[in-house]
Amino acid sequence: MLLKRGFKYMMVGILFGFVLTKAEVVSWYRIFEMFRFQAFHMYGVIGAAVVLGVLVVQLVKRKQMSDVRGEKIKFTDKRMGYKNYLLGGTIFGLGWALTGACPGPSYILLGAGYPVFIVIILSAVLGTFVYGLLRNKLPH
Amino acid sequence: MNNFLTTSWEWYVAGPLITLTMFLLLYFGKSFGISSTLRTMCAIGGAGKVADFFRFDWRSQIWNLLFVVGTIIGGFLAHIVFKNPEPVQLSADTLQLLTDLEVDLPKAGALIPANLFSWESLFTLRGFIMMVGGGFLVGFGTRYAGGCTSGHAISGLSNLQLPSLIAVIGFFIGGLVMTYFLLPLILAL
Repeated sequence: MLLKRGFKYMMVGILFGFVLTKAEVVSWYRIFEMFRFQAFHMYGVIGAAVVLGVLVVQLVKRKQMSDVRGEKIKFTDKRMGYKNYLLGGTIFGLGWALTGACPGPSYILLGAGYPVFIVIILSAVLGTFVYGLLRNKLPH
Repeated sequence: MNNFLTTSWEWYVAGPLITLTMFLLLYFGKSFGISSTLRTMCAIGGAGKVADFFRFDWRSQIWNLLFVVGTIIGGFLAHIVFKNPEPVQLSADTLQLLTDLEVDLPKAGALIPANLFSWESLFTLRGFIMMVGGGFLVGFGTRYAGGCTSGHAISGLSNLQLPSLIAVIGFFIGGLVMTYFLLPLILAL
């Protein structure tokens, strides 16, 4: 039952993994090239996704579109603030440029034949755990 | 068709398909964001016993773990079944810089530099910093920022969220500091 309901999410995941691999977004080389501003490719991928994404979200809101269960699609606004976004974002950016992989690509690379990325994923789980421990002491 | 499946894809093909991914998840009543699966795994592992942050109904997040399983299959299909015979086509400037930094250049079938990311490399100081240290920063930073590239750069910016823009600016501050200043030092280890 769970698998039957969950199958569609897996199918969307397959699409996403396939696209990110074909566009080489999962490649450490592409991330390095992006942060050195030596190619347009990555900016094109993210830029096109966001510009089209803004249009899609506007359309969903204006048409008050419903999801597959017939409930109106809702968007939750992010909590306002800047400290955690800027500090956390910067820490993540350091790790992104080191590993060449944000969380999605770390998983995708496992399937693409790089089992060593399990180390990066487990370290990321540990990082998340440590954040959870320190959360109340950090500026947000 | 087969050619389309084995060559690399241009940005104008990939970008819209990423938007499609986000839309499909919205249509299925979910929101696109991958780093939260790291928190889910902590919760499944029992981290709720030591921190409130992990005390939530992780069963409601199983869909995202199934999505992740799909991404792994997608990577397998794209890189192993429909293998691209060409190496990653980097700019000439990037190739020169990689040569100067003594990083393996892209070869056919290699998405990542083998001399940096491998089991052998893991047991060197450089490899340990890049994989264990880098992974830790990714996990800590994404949760502190409340999202990663999918949750903030794609979902958040698409919904015109100012916090997501601040987070993405942070991604770039960190990425630029690492790439320009720290990475050359780490690669020299």
